[in-house]
Amino acid sequence: MIRLKPEGLRTIYGGPFSFSVERGECVVLSGPSGCGKTLLLRALADLDPAEGTIQLDGTERNTMPAPQWRKQVGWLPAESAWWADVVGDHFRDQKSEARDQKVPISGNVDATSSSRFLNVGKKPDQKKRDAQAITPAKVASTLGKLGFGEDVLEWRVERLSTGEKQRLALFRLLLNEPKVLLLDEPTAALDVSNVWKVEEVIAEYRNATGAAVVWVSHNPEQIARVADRHLQLWGAE
Amino acid sequence: MNGIIQLSPFDLSLAALLVIALALVCRRLRLGIGGKLLWNATRTVIQLSLIGFVLKALFASSSPVWVALMALVMLLGAGREVRARQKNPLRGGWGFGVGLSAMFVSSFVVAVLALAVVVGPEPWYAPRYAIPLLGMLLGNTMNGLSLSLNHLTQNVRSNRAAIETRLALGQTKSEAIADIRRESVRTGLIPIINSMAAAGLVSLPGMMTGQILAGNSPVDAVRYQILLLFLIAGGTGFGTLAAVWMSSHRLFDDRHRLRLDRMRS
Repeated sequence: MIRLKPEGLRTIYGGPFSFSVERGECVVLSGPSGCGKTLLLRALADLDPAEGTIQLDGTERNTMPAPQWRKQVGWLPAESAWWADVVGDHFRDQKSEARDQKVPISGNVDATSSSRFLNVGKKPDQKKRDAQAITPAKVASTLGKLGFGEDVLEWRVERLSTGEKQRLALFRLLLNEPKVLLLDEPTAALDVSNVWKVEEVIAEYRNATGAAVVWVSHNPEQIARVADRHLQLWGAE
Repeated sequence: MNGIIQLSPFDLSLAALLVIALALVCRRLRLGIGGKLLWNATRTVIQLSLIGFVLKALFASSSPVWVALMALVMLLGAGREVRARQKNPLRGGWGFGVGLSAMFVSSFVVAVLALAVVVGPEPWYAPRYAIPLLGMLLGNTMNGLSLSLNHLTQNVRSNRAAIETRLALGQTKSEAIADIRRESVRTGLIPIINSMAAAGLVSLPGMMTGQILAGNSPVDAVRYQILLLFLIAGGTGFGTLAAVWMSSHRLFDDRHRLRLDRMRS
């Protein structure tokens, strides 16, 4: 089953790109720096204006609101960005954060939705679209696999190293349970043991949810490890 | 001219010596602002002298057409000033239009309301009341607007990565920019909040000082000053809100993409 299918997609810099990614497939993109890999990922996430069509499970991107598209087609930028002081605040419902209501991060354990990967249940009593309650058990296990204790949620962002930020940004993205992961060099700032951890978490997520992955990487060994298919991009003349 | 001591050109040139001395010191310290200081001091003299004559003629004619024309010129000038004070204004007509329309809905509406309902001169557009009132409203709203819009555009530029990450995580444009928008409105409102806090304790506001110098009773002058501060607070606040909302929507397109290309860099 085809999960993601860009057709005639023109980014600001290059294209047209046409390819398709199967459900559960991992496609690695590589090519010289500056050849437009990042712009392609941004266009797939609908963050830049781009001509052409993109379909997710057969649904065209323009037939759904952009925020809904981006929740399902999740982009992990090469350099992670953080806006609040405390790590955990980035995982809380932004709307309630804006009203200064603290949503307890450990609240709302919902045993019935255990089939979901991270057990991120929509609060049943809350109609709000984005409301997220994070259940402790699976969060702790995913955080643990990425090399963190649960106390990381209380850490201050300024304390984090680049590599820690990169791993936590992946965690933050997975909380949305996207159907497609667009990963822009997700292990660039990591040491060997952490590269393994990240690759394992991504593989596990892919197996559990059938998510398709588009992975930008330069490392031949990594490409050999993770790629089902390898697409090479060439720079414009 | 009841009771006020007339100032001669000689009196004014004594005061001008102060500005010239300051310019010389600035030059000596290589602050690079001495020339600007002198040029704008000269502008003050020319602009205010001219407006003195214009107002004299305007008060004498009291025709609504001339009052409206004067108001329009003031509004356009303020709109230009809001745009000029921003480092990265919106491109095209928006940089000018946002400030202009925000000031129009706030300052104009507040001024008309104050004239027609609160002060009630006869006729309501009597230039002796309308023009100074509008001038003070526009001047203050203009300050609030340019502060808040500058804060907005600068922070959107420097926080581009964070805003786009929030969008990528599925937040709407309003959610992704909410905290910057909030801070921008606060920035625009701080000056008027500060003036209300300091009024009477630290500062005697200009209008009140003028009335007292002109021989009016301090109690009457105080009432006018309170009215004016409230009007300014309302005008600045609503104008700032409108301008920040319009600009922040213009910075995104209908697919909730951040469009920094709509801002001059």
